[in-house]
Amino acid sequence: MAASSDEPFVYVRSFPAEKLPPPLAATGAVGWLRANLFSSPTNIALTLVCALLIAWAVPPLLRFFFIDAVWSGTDREACLATPEHPTVGACWAFVRVWLSYFVYGFYPTGQRWRVDLFFLALAFGIVWLLRLSAPRRDIAAFYFFIVLPVLSFVLLHGAPPIGLVVVPTALWGGMLVTVIVATVGIVFSLPLGILLALGRRSELPVVRLLSVIFIEFVRGVPLITVLFMASVMLPLFVPDRLAPDKLVRALVGVAMFASAYMAEVVRGGLLAVPRGQYEAARALGFPYWRMTGLVILPQALRVTLPNIVNTFIGLFKDTTLVFIVGIFDFLRTIEAARADPHWAAPTTPITGYAFAAVFYFVCCYGMSRYARSVEARLARSGRR
Amino acid sequence: MAQDRKDAGAPAQPGEVAVEVLGLHKWYGEFHVLRDINLKVARGERIVICGPSGGGKSTLLRCINRLEDWQRGRIIVDGLELTEDPKRILEVRRDVGMVFQQFNLFPHLTVLENCTLAPIWVRHMPRREAEALAMKYLERVKIPGQANKYPARLSGGQQQRVAIARALCMNPNIMLFDEPTSALDPEMVKEVLDTMVELATDGITMLVVSHEMGFARQVADRMIFMDEGQIVEINARQNFFDQPQHERTRLFLQQILH
Repeated sequence: MAASSDEPFVYVRSFPAEKLPPPLAATGAVGWLRANLFSSPTNIALTLVCALLIAWAVPPLLRFFFIDAVWSGTDREACLATPEHPTVGACWAFVRVWLSYFVYGFYPTGQRWRVDLFFLALAFGIVWLLRLSAPRRDIAAFYFFIVLPVLSFVLLHGAPPIGLVVVPTALWGGMLVTVIVATVGIVFSLPLGILLALGRRSELPVVRLLSVIFIEFVRGVPLITVLFMASVMLPLFVPDRLAPDKLVRALVGVAMFASAYMAEVVRGGLLAVPRGQYEAARALGFPYWRMTGLVILPQALRVTLPNIVNTFIGLFKDTTLVFIVGIFDFLRTIEAARADPHWAAPTTPITGYAFAAVFYFVCCYGMSRYARSVEARLARSGRR
Repeated sequence: MAQDRKDAGAPAQPGEVAVEVLGLHKWYGEFHVLRDINLKVARGERIVICGPSGGGKSTLLRCINRLEDWQRGRIIVDGLELTEDPKRILEVRRDVGMVFQQFNLFPHLTVLENCTLAPIWVRHMPRREAEALAMKYLERVKIPGQANKYPARLSGGQQQRVAIARALCMNPNIMLFDEPTSALDPEMVKEVLDTMVELATDGITMLVVSHEMGFARQVADRMIFMDEGQIVEINARQNFFDQPQHERTRLFLQQILH
C-alpha cells in the first residue's frame, strides 16, 4: 500500500483494495466441521462424548424396533421368544391388529368412513389455512371456522334426516378424540386468550377484574381438576336433560384451561409492543378495536409466536388427561389394548407406547416446524 | 375535565381559529406539568414551540389531539371542543395529523400499507383510491421508490418522511410535529426539515415542537417559548429572535444559538 505523500501522518489511498475470496479453511465441509465441531478443546470433547453416546444408544434401538421386530402375527404367540428367535423386539403385529381401534375407538365399523372424511376435511382446512402462499385464505378461514365445525358435527355425530345414523360420543375414541380435543382447544384458546389478555389490560375495572379472576383461577388449578369439575360437578347443579354431553364438557374444560394460559402468553406479546405504536394509531383516529386488530395484535402475536406454539404443543399433549373423566383418547386406547390377554407379551406395552410417542412427536414436531418456517419468513421480509 | 360544558361543541368562529386552548392545567400526580396555558392558533398559521426539556412543550402538543388528558381548562380544535366523548375525540384526531420524535411507523406493514391503513379503515376509502393518495404524498416527501419496503429497511430520515406522508394521507387540517428531527442522525435532519418547509408553503396549520431555529426562522409565523409548564412568551418570529421580551427567552436563545 503506497502512501502517496511525503508527509509523515497523511495517508491517501491511491487505488481500491482488491476483493479476495475467503480462505479455504473457512468454507466448505472442512471449514464447517472445524467451525462447528472442532473449534475449541471443549468443543472437541463434547463432539467426542456425543459421538460415543450416539454409538452406544442408537444401534440397540434400531435392533429392537426394526431388526428384531415382529411385523405380522395374529396373537401373542408371534411376539414370544422361541428357541429359534431368542430375542424378540418390538411387537408391531399388535399395533397392526389394533390400529383401527387406536384410530376410531368404538366408532361403529360400518360408519368409520365418516371419520375418515372428517380427517380429510380437517387436513384440507389446515393445509389451506396455514399455507402462507395458498390462494384466498379468507375463504379458508371461513371454511375452517364456520363450515368445518358444522360439517364435522353432522358427519361424526350424525344426522338422521340425511341418513347418517347418530353415533353417541361415548363410542368415539382414539386419535379421533385426541384430534378433536386438541383442535377445539387450539382453535378456541387463541381468540379467548386474546380477549382475556386484552381484558386484563382494559381501562374498565370490571372487565379487568373478571379477566384476572378467570385467568388466575383457571391457571391456579390443575387441568385434571378443571376436567373433574366440568364432568363430575356440573351434573350436580344442572338437571340431567340440560347437562351437556360428556365430551362437550371435557372440550369446554380444555378450552377454558388453554385460554387462561394463552391469555398470559398473549399479554407478554402485548407488553412488547412499544407505546408509540398505540399513540401513532390513536393519533390517526383509530377506534380501540381497529387499533388493536390492525396495529397492536399483529405485532404482539408475531413477537410471541414461539410461545403460542409452545402452548399449543403443551395443550396437545395435555389432551391425554381427558382419560380421567372416562373419555377414550388415543393414549387410553393403547392402554386398553395392551391389557388384552390375547396380546400379553413382554414387548407389546413398549411397542404400544412407542407408537403413541411417534404419533405425538410427529404432531408436535410438525407444529414446531411450521412455526419455525413462519418465523423465518417474517424475518426474511425484514419485519421486526 | 372541561370546566364548562354548556357550550361544548359550539363552533368557535369557523374558518378563523384552528386551535384554541383556554386556561389549561395538567398535573402528573403532584407535578404541575402545564400551568394556565392560553393559546389561539389561526387557521393556516405556523407556530414553533421551543424551550428547555421538561418544560411541557410535548405535553401541550399531545393534549391537542388528546393523547394526554388534562384536569382543568378547555381545548377547541376546528370548532370542536375536546370532551370526554370518545366519538368527539376520534373526530378531532382524524383531522389532526401527528408526527412523532420516534417516527412510530407500523413495522409489520410496508411503507405503502402504513400510509393506506388509516384512510382505508378510518375514512373507509376504497383501497385503490387510498393507494393513489398514498403515492401522491410519498412522491411529495420524495420516496415513492420505497413504497413496498418495510420501515426497518429505511434510514431514519426516510422513516420520518414516511411518517409525515402517513399523517398527510388523512388530509388533516392541522399538523402537530413533536420534535421530528431529535432522533435523527445529523446528516438526515435536513431532508426532513426540507419536507416540512415545503409543507409549510401549503397553508396547512402547523404546530411544531423543535429546537431547529434555522427552520423556525424560515417558516414560523409566531414563536412560543415554554418553560416550567408555562408559556413564557408568544411573539412574532422577527421580534422573537431580534428582541425577545422576556429575560428567560433571551437566555435560552443565547444558549441555543451559541
